Amino acid sequence: MPVLLDLFISFFKIGAFSFGGGYAMLPFIEDVVIYEHGWLSATEYIDILAISEMTPGPIAINSATFIGYKIAGFTGSLVSTIGVVLPSFIVVSLLFYVISRFKNTKVVEWIFQGIRPIVVGLILAAFISVFNNTVADIKAVFISITVFLLVYVKKINPIVCILIAGLLGIILY
Amino acid sequence: MILNLFITFFKIGAFTFGGGYAMIPIMEREIVENKKLIGDEEFTDMLALAQASPGPVAVNTSVFIGYKIRGLTGALSCLLGTVLPSFLIILIIAIFFNDFKNLAIVEEIFSGIRPAIAALILSSVVIMLKKGDNLTKRISIAVIVAVLVGFLDISPVIIIIAGALISLIMNYLKIK
Repeated sequence: MPVLLDLFISFFKIGAFSFGGGYAMLPFIEDVVIYEHGWLSATEYIDILAISEMTPGPIAINSATFIGYKIAGFTGSLVSTIGVVLPSFIVVSLLFYVISRFKNTKVVEWIFQGIRPIVVGLILAAFISVFNNTVADIKAVFISITVFLLVYVKKINPIVCILIAGLLGIILY
Repeated sequence: MILNLFITFFKIGAFTFGGGYAMIPIMEREIVENKKLIGDEEFTDMLALAQASPGPVAVNTSVFIGYKIRGLTGALSCLLGTVLPSFLIILIIAIFFNDFKNLAIVEEIFSGIRPAIAALILSSVVIMLKKGDNLTKRISIAVIVAVLVGFLDISPVIIIIAGALISLIMNYLKIK
Protein backbone atom coordinates (compact mmCIF):
# COMPACT_ATOMS: atom_id res chain seq x y z
CA MET A 1 0.00 0.00 0.00
CA PRO A 2 1.38 3.43 -0.86
CA VAL A 3 2.70 5.01 2.28
CA LEU A 4 0.50 8.13 2.07
CA LEU A 5 -2.68 6.07 1.96
CA ASP A 6 -1.34 3.97 4.80
CA LEU A 7 -0.69 7.08 6.91
CA PHE A 8 -4.13 8.47 6.13
CA ILE A 9 -5.97 5.27 7.03
CA SER A 10 -3.97 4.72 10.24
CA PHE A 11 -4.57 8.22 11.56
CA PHE A 12 -8.19 8.14 10.46
CA LYS A 13 -8.57 5.00 12.60
CA ILE A 14 -6.85 6.72 15.53
CA GLY A 15 -9.21 9.68 15.21
CA ALA A 16 -12.30 7.51 14.83
CA PHE A 17 -11.72 5.11 17.69
CA SER A 18 -10.16 7.25 20.40
CA PHE A 19 -12.74 8.48 22.85
CA GLY A 20 -12.08 10.79 25.76
CA GLY A 21 -9.39 12.80 23.99
CA GLY A 22 -5.84 13.58 25.07
CA TYR A 23 -4.25 10.98 27.26
CA ALA A 24 -7.00 8.47 26.61
CA MET A 25 -5.82 8.40 22.98
CA LEU A 26 -2.21 7.53 23.78
CA PRO A 27 -2.44 3.73 24.08
CA PHE A 28 -4.24 3.61 20.75
CA ILE A 29 -1.69 5.83 18.99
CA GLU A 30 1.11 3.78 20.52
CA ASP A 31 -0.39 0.56 19.24
CA VAL A 32 -0.85 1.73 15.66
CA VAL A 33 2.39 3.65 15.32
CA ILE A 34 4.87 1.42 17.14
CA TYR A 35 3.52 -2.11 16.99
CA GLU A 36 1.32 -2.22 13.92
CA HIS A 37 3.52 -0.22 11.54
CA GLY A 38 6.90 0.17 13.22
CA TRP A 39 6.97 3.81 12.16
CA LEU A 40 8.63 4.79 15.42
CA SER A 41 10.70 3.04 18.07
CA ALA A 42 9.47 3.21 21.66
CA THR A 43 12.15 5.82 22.45
CA GLU A 44 11.19 8.01 19.50
CA TYR A 45 7.58 7.77 20.62
CA ILE A 46 8.46 8.96 24.11
CA ASP A 47 10.36 11.86 22.54
CA ILE A 48 7.26 12.85 20.61
CA LEU A 49 5.23 12.76 23.81
CA ALA A 50 7.75 15.08 25.45
CA ILE A 51 7.60 17.46 22.49
CA SER A 52 3.80 17.32 22.48
CA GLU A 53 3.74 18.33 26.11
CA MET A 54 5.91 21.31 25.31
CA THR A 55 3.98 22.50 22.30
CA PRO A 56 0.39 23.65 22.09
CA GLY A 57 -2.40 21.65 20.59
CA PRO A 58 -4.00 18.23 20.90
CA ILE A 59 -1.50 15.41 21.26
CA ALA A 60 -3.22 13.42 18.49
CA ILE A 61 -2.52 16.23 16.04
CA ASN A 62 1.03 16.75 17.27
CA SER A 63 1.91 13.11 16.78
CA ALA A 64 0.10 12.87 13.44
CA THR A 65 2.02 15.87 12.10
CA PHE A 66 5.36 14.67 13.48
CA ILE A 67 5.08 11.06 12.35
CA GLY A 68 3.65 12.05 8.96
CA TYR A 69 6.61 14.36 8.36
CA LYS A 70 9.10 11.74 9.47
CA ILE A 71 7.66 9.05 7.19
CA ALA A 72 6.77 11.06 4.08
CA GLY A 73 7.81 14.72 4.41
CA PHE A 74 5.40 17.66 4.19
CA THR A 75 2.73 15.74 2.23
CA GLY A 76 2.92 13.00 4.85
CA SER A 77 2.32 15.45 7.68
CA LEU A 78 -0.61 17.00 5.83
CA VAL A 79 -2.25 13.66 5.01
CA SER A 80 -1.83 12.31 8.58
CA THR A 81 -3.19 15.47 10.18
CA ILE A 82 -6.24 15.53 7.89
CA GLY A 83 -6.72 11.82 8.61
CA VAL A 84 -6.78 12.26 12.39
CA VAL A 85 -9.14 15.25 12.26
CA LEU A 86 -11.63 14.00 9.66
CA PRO A 87 -13.55 11.47 11.82
CA SER A 88 -14.13 14.18 14.46
CA PHE A 89 -15.39 16.54 11.82
CA ILE A 90 -17.78 13.98 10.32
CA VAL A 91 -19.16 12.76 13.66
CA VAL A 92 -19.58 16.26 15.08
CA SER A 93 -21.31 17.43 11.88
CA LEU A 94 -23.81 14.57 12.04
CA LEU A 95 -24.40 15.02 15.76
CA PHE A 96 -24.89 18.76 15.38
CA TYR A 97 -27.35 18.22 12.54
CA VAL A 98 -29.42 15.72 14.53
CA ILE A 99 -29.44 17.87 17.65
CA SER A 100 -30.41 21.07 15.83
CA ARG A 101 -33.24 19.18 14.16
CA PHE A 102 -34.66 17.91 17.43
CA LYS A 103 -33.50 20.85 19.53
CA ASN A 104 -36.85 21.79 20.96
CA THR A 105 -38.03 18.30 21.76
CA LYS A 106 -38.28 17.15 25.35
CA VAL A 107 -35.97 14.19 24.80
CA VAL A 108 -33.02 16.37 23.75
CA GLU A 109 -33.64 18.74 26.68
CA TRP A 110 -33.72 15.78 29.10
CA ILE A 111 -30.49 14.39 27.68
CA PHE A 112 -28.74 17.71 28.23
CA GLN A 113 -30.22 18.05 31.71
CA GLY A 114 -28.53 14.77 32.53
CA ILE A 115 -25.13 15.52 31.10
CA ARG A 116 -24.64 19.20 32.02
CA PRO A 117 -23.66 18.55 35.67
CA ILE A 118 -21.33 15.76 34.54
CA VAL A 119 -19.16 18.09 32.46
CA VAL A 120 -17.95 19.98 35.52
CA GLY A 121 -16.94 16.67 37.10
CA LEU A 122 -14.97 15.70 34.01
CA ILE A 123 -13.10 19.00 34.14
CA LEU A 124 -12.48 18.48 37.86
CA ALA A 125 -11.01 15.05 37.07
CA ALA A 126 -8.76 16.69 34.47
CA PHE A 127 -7.61 19.19 37.09
CA ILE A 128 -6.74 16.40 39.56
CA SER A 129 -4.76 14.53 36.92
CA VAL A 130 -2.89 17.62 35.67
CA PHE A 131 -2.23 18.76 39.23
CA ASN A 132 -0.80 15.36 40.25
CA ASN A 133 1.43 15.20 37.21
CA THR A 134 2.75 18.73 37.25
CA VAL A 135 2.71 20.33 40.68
CA ALA A 136 5.68 18.52 42.13
CA ASP A 137 7.63 21.10 44.15
CA ILE A 138 7.11 24.29 46.15
CA LYS A 139 7.92 26.53 43.15
CA ALA A 140 5.19 24.83 41.15
CA VAL A 141 2.74 25.33 44.03
CA PHE A 142 3.69 29.03 44.06
CA ILE A 143 3.14 29.37 40.29
CA SER A 144 -0.15 27.51 40.53
CA ILE A 145 -1.54 29.73 43.29
CA THR A 146 -0.30 32.93 41.60
CA VAL A 147 -1.94 32.01 38.31
CA PHE A 148 -5.19 31.04 40.02
CA LEU A 149 -5.34 34.44 41.73
CA LEU A 150 -4.49 36.23 38.48
CA VAL A 151 -7.09 34.48 36.38
CA TYR A 152 -9.87 34.11 38.93
CA VAL A 153 -9.59 37.15 41.19
CA LYS A 154 -7.87 39.65 38.90
CA LYS A 155 -9.66 38.35 35.76
CA ILE A 156 -6.44 38.42 33.74
CA ASN A 157 -6.78 36.76 30.34
CA PRO A 158 -5.66 33.08 30.50
CA ILE A 159 -3.32 33.58 27.54
CA VAL A 160 -1.53 36.38 29.41
CA CYS A 161 -1.39 34.08 32.47
CA ILE A 162 0.35 31.37 30.42
CA LEU A 163 2.93 33.91 29.22
CA ILE A 164 3.51 35.10 32.80
CA ALA A 165 3.88 31.48 33.96
CA GLY A 166 6.48 30.83 31.25
CA LEU A 167 8.41 33.87 32.45
CA LEU A 168 8.17 32.67 36.07
CA GLY A 169 9.55 29.32 34.88
CA ILE A 170 12.64 31.00 33.43
CA ILE A 171 13.17 33.03 36.62
CA LEU A 172 12.54 30.25 39.14
CA TYR A 173 14.02 27.15 37.50
CA MET B 1 -16.91 37.35 11.17
CA ILE B 2 -15.41 34.20 9.62
CA LEU B 3 -11.92 35.67 9.78
CA ASN B 4 -12.65 36.72 13.35
CA LEU B 5 -13.64 33.16 14.29
CA PHE B 6 -10.52 31.80 12.63
CA ILE B 7 -8.27 34.24 14.51
CA THR B 8 -9.99 33.52 17.84
CA PHE B 9 -9.54 29.77 17.46
CA PHE B 10 -6.02 30.19 16.15
CA LYS B 11 -5.23 32.00 19.41
CA ILE B 12 -6.94 29.26 21.40
CA GLY B 13 -5.04 26.55 19.50
CA ALA B 14 -1.74 28.35 19.98
CA PHE B 15 -2.09 28.51 23.76
CA THR B 16 -3.62 25.12 24.50
CA PHE B 17 -0.90 23.33 26.37
CA GLY B 18 -1.44 20.05 28.16
CA GLY B 19 -4.42 18.62 26.34
CA GLY B 20 -7.96 19.57 25.46
CA TYR B 21 -9.09 20.61 28.92
CA ALA B 22 -6.53 23.38 29.08
CA MET B 23 -8.43 25.01 26.26
CA ILE B 24 -11.65 25.39 28.23
CA PRO B 25 -10.64 28.43 30.33
CA ILE B 26 -9.32 30.23 27.23
CA MET B 27 -12.43 29.43 25.20
CA GLU B 28 -14.69 30.48 28.04
CA ARG B 29 -12.95 33.85 28.30
CA GLU B 30 -12.73 34.55 24.55
CA ILE B 31 -16.04 33.17 23.30
CA VAL B 32 -18.47 33.26 26.21
CA GLU B 33 -17.36 36.23 28.32
CA ASN B 34 -15.62 38.66 25.95
CA LYS B 35 -17.27 38.15 22.59
CA LYS B 36 -20.53 36.63 23.88
CA LEU B 37 -20.79 34.47 20.76
CA ILE B 38 -22.42 31.68 22.72
CA GLY B 39 -24.28 31.37 26.05
CA ASP B 40 -23.09 29.61 29.23
CA GLU B 41 -25.50 26.74 28.94
CA GLU B 42 -24.85 26.19 25.24
CA PHE B 43 -21.12 26.20 25.93
CA THR B 44 -21.54 23.47 28.55
CA ASP B 45 -23.73 21.45 26.17
CA MET B 46 -21.12 21.68 23.41
CA LEU B 47 -18.39 20.57 25.85
CA ALA B 48 -20.46 17.55 26.85
CA LEU B 49 -21.07 16.53 23.25
CA ALA B 50 -17.40 17.03 22.43
CA GLN B 51 -16.47 14.66 25.27
CA ALA B 52 -18.82 12.02 23.99
CA SER B 53 -17.57 12.18 20.38
CA PRO B 54 -14.48 10.37 19.12
CA GLY B 55 -11.23 12.22 18.45
CA PRO B 56 -9.39 15.09 20.14
CA VAL B 57 -11.71 17.00 22.50
CA ALA B 58 -10.21 20.34 21.42
CA VAL B 59 -11.08 19.62 17.80
CA ASN B 60 -14.59 18.39 18.61
CA THR B 61 -15.35 21.41 20.79
CA SER B 62 -14.17 23.92 18.20
CA VAL B 63 -16.17 22.25 15.41
CA PHE B 64 -19.33 22.22 17.56
CA ILE B 65 -18.90 25.86 18.50
CA GLY B 66 -18.15 26.77 14.88
CA TYR B 67 -21.41 25.16 13.73
CA LYS B 68 -23.34 26.85 16.51
CA ILE B 69 -22.02 30.30 15.65
CA ARG B 70 -21.83 30.20 11.86
CA GLY B 71 -22.85 26.85 10.36
CA LEU B 72 -20.55 24.83 8.11
CA THR B 73 -18.21 27.71 7.20
CA GLY B 74 -17.94 28.52 10.90
CA ALA B 75 -17.12 24.92 11.74
CA LEU B 76 -14.43 24.77 9.06
CA SER B 77 -12.75 28.02 10.08
CA CYS B 78 -12.77 27.03 13.77
CA LEU B 79 -11.31 23.64 12.87
CA LEU B 80 -8.58 25.19 10.75
CA GLY B 81 -7.81 27.77 13.44
CA THR B 82 -7.49 25.13 16.17
CA VAL B 83 -5.35 22.73 14.16
CA LEU B 84 -3.05 25.14 12.33
CA PRO B 85 -0.87 26.30 15.27
CA SER B 86 0.06 22.79 16.39
CA PHE B 87 0.54 21.67 12.81
CA LEU B 88 2.91 24.55 12.01
CA ILE B 89 4.84 24.34 15.29
CA ILE B 90 5.36 20.57 15.07
CA LEU B 91 6.36 20.91 11.43
CA ILE B 92 8.98 23.52 12.30
CA ILE B 93 10.30 21.35 15.13
CA ALA B 94 10.38 18.26 12.90
CA ILE B 95 12.30 20.15 10.21
CA PHE B 96 14.75 22.19 12.28
CA PHE B 97 15.17 20.90 15.81
CA ASN B 98 16.62 17.51 16.40
CA ASP B 99 17.12 18.41 20.00
CA PHE B 100 14.15 20.59 20.84
CA LYS B 101 13.28 18.76 24.02
CA ASN B 102 16.81 19.17 25.32
CA LEU B 103 16.92 22.96 25.04
CA ALA B 104 17.33 24.20 28.62
CA ILE B 105 15.27 27.36 28.18
CA VAL B 106 12.34 25.41 26.71
CA GLU B 107 12.37 23.10 29.71
CA GLU B 108 12.36 26.09 32.09
CA ILE B 109 9.46 27.79 30.35
CA PHE B 110 7.44 24.60 30.56
CA SER B 111 8.25 24.02 34.19
CA GLY B 112 6.42 27.33 34.67
CA ILE B 113 3.53 26.67 32.30
CA ARG B 114 2.59 23.18 33.54
CA PRO B 115 1.46 24.19 37.05
CA ALA B 116 -0.28 27.23 35.52
CA ILE B 117 -2.45 24.93 33.40
CA ALA B 118 -3.64 23.16 36.57
CA ALA B 119 -4.65 26.54 38.03
CA LEU B 120 -6.45 27.60 34.83
CA ILE B 121 -8.44 24.36 34.73
CA LEU B 122 -9.40 24.77 38.40
CA SER B 123 -10.65 28.28 37.69
CA SER B 124 -12.95 26.85 34.99
CA VAL B 125 -14.36 24.38 37.50
CA VAL B 126 -15.10 27.15 40.00
CA ILE B 127 -16.62 29.43 37.34
CA MET B 128 -18.86 26.67 36.02
CA LEU B 129 -19.96 25.61 39.50
CA LYS B 130 -20.95 29.17 40.41
CA LYS B 131 -23.39 29.44 37.51
CA GLY B 132 -26.90 28.10 38.07
CA ASP B 133 -28.85 26.98 41.12
CA ASN B 134 -28.86 23.84 43.27
CA LEU B 135 -25.17 24.16 44.09
CA THR B 136 -25.01 21.22 46.54
CA LYS B 137 -26.44 18.80 44.01
CA ARG B 138 -24.08 19.98 41.28
CA ILE B 139 -21.03 19.80 43.54
CA SER B 140 -21.94 16.26 44.61
CA ILE B 141 -22.37 15.11 41.01
CA ALA B 142 -19.08 16.76 40.02
CA VAL B 143 -17.19 15.05 42.84
CA ILE B 144 -18.73 11.65 42.10
CA VAL B 145 -17.87 11.99 38.40
CA ALA B 146 -14.33 13.13 39.20
CA VAL B 147 -13.81 10.08 41.44
CA LEU B 148 -15.23 7.69 38.83
CA VAL B 149 -13.03 9.11 36.06
CA GLY B 150 -9.94 10.12 38.00
CA PHE B 151 -9.59 7.26 40.46
CA LEU B 152 -11.62 4.38 39.05
CA ASP B 153 -10.59 4.99 35.42
CA ILE B 154 -14.10 4.82 34.04
CA SER B 155 -14.39 6.29 30.53
CA PRO B 156 -16.00 9.76 30.30
CA VAL B 157 -18.04 8.50 27.35
CA ILE B 158 -19.74 5.87 29.52
CA ILE B 159 -20.49 8.39 32.25
CA ILE B 160 -21.99 10.88 29.78
CA ILE B 161 -24.21 8.22 28.22
CA ALA B 162 -25.23 6.95 31.66
CA GLY B 163 -26.08 10.51 32.78
CA ALA B 164 -28.22 11.05 29.69
CA LEU B 165 -30.05 7.74 30.23
CA ILE B 166 -30.67 8.35 33.93
CA SER B 167 -32.08 11.78 33.17
CA LEU B 168 -34.30 10.40 30.39
CA ILE B 169 -35.70 7.66 32.64
CA MET B 170 -36.27 9.97 35.62
CA ASN B 171 -38.03 12.60 33.51
CA TYR B 172 -40.12 9.95 31.78
CA LEU B 173 -41.23 8.46 35.11
CA LYS B 174 -42.07 11.94 36.40
CA ILE B 175 -44.45 12.49 33.50
CA LYS B 176 -46.09 9.10 33.88
